[in-house]
Amino acid sequence: MNIKIRYFASMRDRMGRAEETVSVDGDAVTVADLWKKVSSGQDLPGSTLIAVNMEYTDGAATVKNGDEVAFFPPVTGG
Amino acid sequence: MNAKTGITVLVQEESFDPCQLTAAHQATLDASKCGGIVTFVGTMRDYNDGHSVSSMYLDHYPGMTERHIEKVCQEAAEKWEVIDILVAHRYGEIKPSDAIVLVAVWSAHRANAFDACRFVINYLKERAPFWKRESTPAGERWVEHNTKDPAAEASAAAVSAAGIRRTG
Repeated sequence: MNIKIRYFASMRDRMGRAEETVSVDGDAVTVADLWKKVSSGQDLPGSTLIAVNMEYTDGAATVKNGDEVAFFPPVTGG
Repeated sequence: MNAKTGITVLVQEESFDPCQLTAAHQATLDASKCGGIVTFVGTMRDYNDGHSVSSMYLDHYPGMTERHIEKVCQEAAEKWEVIDILVAHRYGEIKPSDAIVLVAVWSAHRANAFDACRFVINYLKERAPFWKRESTPAGERWVEHNTKDPAAEASAAAVSAAGIRRTG
């Protein structure tokens, strides 16, 4: 299955890319496992926020084919 | 939710005049039902955290940003009797003194308008996916956190000190 991953702000700088599509075996995968795959096994920075299909969630969330996952730092709008 | 509450969310790269935007929006409403309008305008400072700031770039998450601002407005409309809410927020390049965000709330009574406006701007700053990158003499840097609302913190501290339990 294919998962679209997007990075914003300092996370985009850290990863060196704004987005990518990752192919994963199986029907579902957790966000935490997805992060390990795209970061070569690094720990997710503690303050990182996660969204799946534009809704906030956490690393335990399960994603499926076609989902969009985003990793980004604390928000600073307004 | 108050089904009669109008909610308008504008997320745009173009600069805006908050007074003109508020006046133009009010022209679309039946303002005779309103007893008050509370507006908050967030503008860009030319300094932050001890450094001068010459400009700023606002990153956002297209789609999610609009969705979460609308959600914040819907929550405000559920909590308070308000007639209409307008939120405008910039992204892209911002210059000092530019308006970054406008929250305008129309209500029959001032208390609801004040409370809803404060709720929307505070929650927007905590949840809406925007990120500020500042240009300083030392180079560019991402802003790592928003400043807290002093009134909200003082209120929370007073409640805690008094041993008061919030009921709503």
